[in-house]
Amino acid sequence: MKIEILGPGCAKCKTLYENVRKAVAESGSAAEVVKVEEIRKIMAYGVLSTPALVIDGEVKFSGKVPSVNELKGML
Amino acid sequence: MFTPVADFIVFTLFNLTPGSHVGDALHFFIYDTLKIFFLLAVIIYLVAIIRSYFPPEKTKRILSHEREYVGNAVAAGLGVVTPFCSCSAVPLFIGFVESGVPLGVTFSFLVSSPMVNEVALIMLWGMFGWKIALIYIGTGLVVAIASGIVIGRLKMEKHVQDYVWEMRVGSTEIVEQGWPERFRYAREYTLGLLKKIWPYVVIGIAVGGFIHGYVPQDFLAKWAGRENPFAVPVAVALGVPLYSNAAGIIPIVQALTAKGMAIGTVLAFMMAVTALSLPEAVILSNVLKKPLLATFFGTVAFAIILVGYLFNAIL
Repeated sequence: MKIEILGPGCAKCKTLYENVRKAVAESGSAAEVVKVEEIRKIMAYGVLSTPALVIDGEVKFSGKVPSVNELKGML
Repeated sequence: MFTPVADFIVFTLFNLTPGSHVGDALHFFIYDTLKIFFLLAVIIYLVAIIRSYFPPEKTKRILSHEREYVGNAVAAGLGVVTPFCSCSAVPLFIGFVESGVPLGVTFSFLVSSPMVNEVALIMLWGMFGWKIALIYIGTGLVVAIASGIVIGRLKMEKHVQDYVWEMRVGSTEIVEQGWPERFRYAREYTLGLLKKIWPYVVIGIAVGGFIHGYVPQDFLAKWAGRENPFAVPVAVALGVPLYSNAAGIIPIVQALTAKGMAIGTVLAFMMAVTALSLPEAVILSNVLKKPLLATFFGTVAFAIILVGYLFNAIL
């Protein structure tokens, strides 16, 4: 599984990245977590509000930062 | 409803004399703190519920069908209710322009979004009453519509960074939220925002209380009253670097008004604080070339100064 966090690098984007990493570690998943900061790649997903979360190429949500527990439920 | 509570705390609990400097300042502080936080919590929650209906993707879809003029008005209205933080300004701008939203219409959206700020609105309502709050929204929307039309008429498409036009934007489906999710989003949004702004609000009210209790009457009327023609542009210039403190500025401003600062100057100051910010300019420079960025700031600043003079003249 490949998880991408889309965002130009604002505070919320960093929080989401940290939360996702924690959620992945705590759930013992082997997912690959990648931060995507390049605007071209963010736009290719059609995301207008950041941060956004993409799992295996599918946009799961945008413009919010769920808690570690909520993220675990999505993985 | 907050006066008895403030009366009790200041005059009964602390046993201070009504009319004394310290009593007045503390009463102002407690009364305003209670009232403002009550209003903030209620209104931010309601705004968040409305916002859950207008994700940026939906706003983009609505605006891509609109032309000039009507489009500018619709965009200004949507700018108020569409949630986006300033770090999303670049993807939002690219998404709008790419999907065929006219440049001027996009700017009406970009101006009204920070300018008609729900926190500033609530603070104004709590401190000056609903009439001033409505004037603030009304003039904010007019400034957003007018600046968008001006920028659209200037045909500045070539001053958008070249890579924006080459960008290929994908589309993502909008998932409609159910009521439980809307309530949860609203609760989280309200708590998150309050947590972020409360120190500014409290400090602002404390400084406001100090000015209220200690600065002599009419002290400010001399240099920030309506007779001083430079007060409005100076207030606008002072507002530019103050973006992050929008929430704390208003209690101070209310105390200043009570000491003679003119209301139009106050409105212009608040609009400059929220709509003309340096961080926003830096973010927008990623998508706009200098002439367009300067036109954008210049047009909005000019419109805000006009609003300031207008209200100093009629109120």
